[in-house]
Amino acid sequence: MGIRLVLRGGTLTALLSGEIDHHTARILREEIDGAAAKARPDRLVLDFSGVQFMDSSGVGLIMGRYQWMKSLGGSVVLANLPERLEKIVSMAGLDKLAVEREVASREAGK
Amino acid sequence: MKPENEMRAAFPSASANEGLARAVVAAFVAQADPTVAELADIKTAVSEAVTNCIVHAYRDTLGTVYITAKLWGDGTLQIKVRDKGCGIADVKRAMEPLFTTGGEERAGLGFAVMQSFMDRVQVRSKPGAGTTVTLQKKLARRPPNG
Repeated sequence: MGIRLVLRGGTLTALLSGEIDHHTARILREEIDGAAAKARPDRLVLDFSGVQFMDSSGVGLIMGRYQWMKSLGGSVVLANLPERLEKIVSMAGLDKLAVEREVASREAGK
Repeated sequence: MKPENEMRAAFPSASANEGLARAVVAAFVAQADPTVAELADIKTAVSEAVTNCIVHAYRDTLGTVYITAKLWGDGTLQIKVRDKGCGIADVKRAMEPLFTTGGEERAGLGFAVMQSFMDRVQVRSKPGAGTTVTLQKKLARRPPNG
């Protein structure tokens, strides 16, 4: 499990990698919330391109960040969801959230 | 009918062992040459069942999580995830999607994921004694070198 946080303008991008389960979701949540509390971004981009595995704890992580950003008047974008995560994402109805492909990582790479 | 192969594993209910549980089961299932999708389904279901033991069964304590896996010649895989934790008073309610007692960061989708990723899910529980979740899936057996 890994995370790299990139702040650019009002967008905070969290580049996630490895396996997201109950154990690692807790660590990711602390990292993301800590950075977001400091930066107060308008937009939180969760980039899943490096994520190999995710169970429903990852769904809880996304839903929690979504609620939190909403309460701050911001938004959450799910970027670069690999095909292997599509089943759990659509099962949880998260595909109805803002989903972007290949945008966030290019932005973050600049 | 006797299974072709079987295995047992036991480990403490520490959250770091969620990944271990997935890896152990994945290594056992590998001999059946599962598809990438089948393996992902099995790992996800096991992860949900083991997380339930850690988050709910042994909520304020550390206990042992037991996994047994059996594989039959026709491709039938059966995995049992067992704990000696607090048990579930109302199994039917616990299995309802979005129902959770785990706080706001829990999605309440554990059993729904197990049910949609496996062919059969059975839950036996006794309050105060523990819970056994039985997961079953028939793997598509592919011919060797096929």
